[in-house]
Amino acid sequence: MTELPPFQTVIDEHAATVMAVLRGAVGRAEAEDCFQETFLSALRAYPKLEDGRNLRGWLVTIAQRKAVDHHRARVRGPIPVADVTEARDGDSPSHEPALPGEGNGIWQAVGALPPKQRAAVALRYACDLPHAEIAAALGCSPAAARRSLHEGIKRLREELA
Amino acid sequence: MKTTLQRLTERAAAAGLLDVAYTTADSPFGPLLLARTERGLIRVGLPSQDHDELLGELSERISPRVLEAPAELDSARRELDLYFEGRLDRFDLPLDWRLSDGFRLRVQRAIARIPYGQTRSYTEIAAKAGNERAVRAAGTACGRNPIPVVVPCHRVLRSGGALGGYGGGLPMKRALLELEGIL
Repeated sequence: MTELPPFQTVIDEHAATVMAVLRGAVGRAEAEDCFQETFLSALRAYPKLEDGRNLRGWLVTIAQRKAVDHHRARVRGPIPVADVTEARDGDSPSHEPALPGEGNGIWQAVGALPPKQRAAVALRYACDLPHAEIAAALGCSPAAARRSLHEGIKRLREELA
Repeated sequence: MKTTLQRLTERAAAAGLLDVAYTTADSPFGPLLLARTERGLIRVGLPSQDHDELLGELSERISPRVLEAPAELDSARRELDLYFEGRLDRFDLPLDWRLSDGFRLRVQRAIARIPYGQTRSYTEIAAKAGNERAVRAAGTACGRNPIPVVVPCHRVLRSGGALGGYGGGLPMKRALLELEGIL
């Protein structure tokens, strides 16, 4: 088992990345709550973490999970959502409602991407992660991460053209 | 992000996930690291020590759930402030002794009982700890005191009255002895 640094160090080093991921995934207004949930879950699990070498990837994975939970809760909940741009079929996480008004511009378009593409784009451009770490965070191969990123960028180009 | 992080620390404490809380406090000698667990004060880091290294040791030996949480150390900070102003002659803080064991722990507990304004020799402390011949080991135990100032290892001197050593440097030891009216 590798030695784990004090959790405060983990917060200091990765809070900005986690916040950027969550802003990309759920929007600025909701990111705060997801941020708290992400770090509380991480803190709970931390002493039993067996490998402390990729803490950023670990945190980003938890953040992605919290973002998905958050979207599911919203889909189930009674809150009406404006601006649904994608067709929805039930609870499938790949068809989530559009994100709440994040203002205009590119991040709104990013927020409307399917989850894998959205995550890949946020991790690459908001957090500056290399493909291998994006893959680790998303639980897929580097090639698949590259593909998601590519698809996401292509779609953004089309939407913003 | 400040309020976000403060909220996180408060929620961690409320959820029982804050195993080691720490802060940095000002002192006349420079910044002190103060760390506590739910049992009490576990570590005082002197200005001359590497505080990051001490936090790493706490993470390894107690729990990696180490968070900066100044409010959790309010009473320790208040008592230390009063002590450095010469307005407090007895600390009333619960202590967590888990960083020491065996003879070393017995020595440190004996040091904790030396009253304000008095001194003991390394030999006397070794005897109090149950082995009057282990003077050198008693000296080592003084040097490894995890809770200096509050556990007053600065009150332990050589038999002839020479200062001996101090983890925070001899000028600090001398100043503390002057503060207490010993020198």
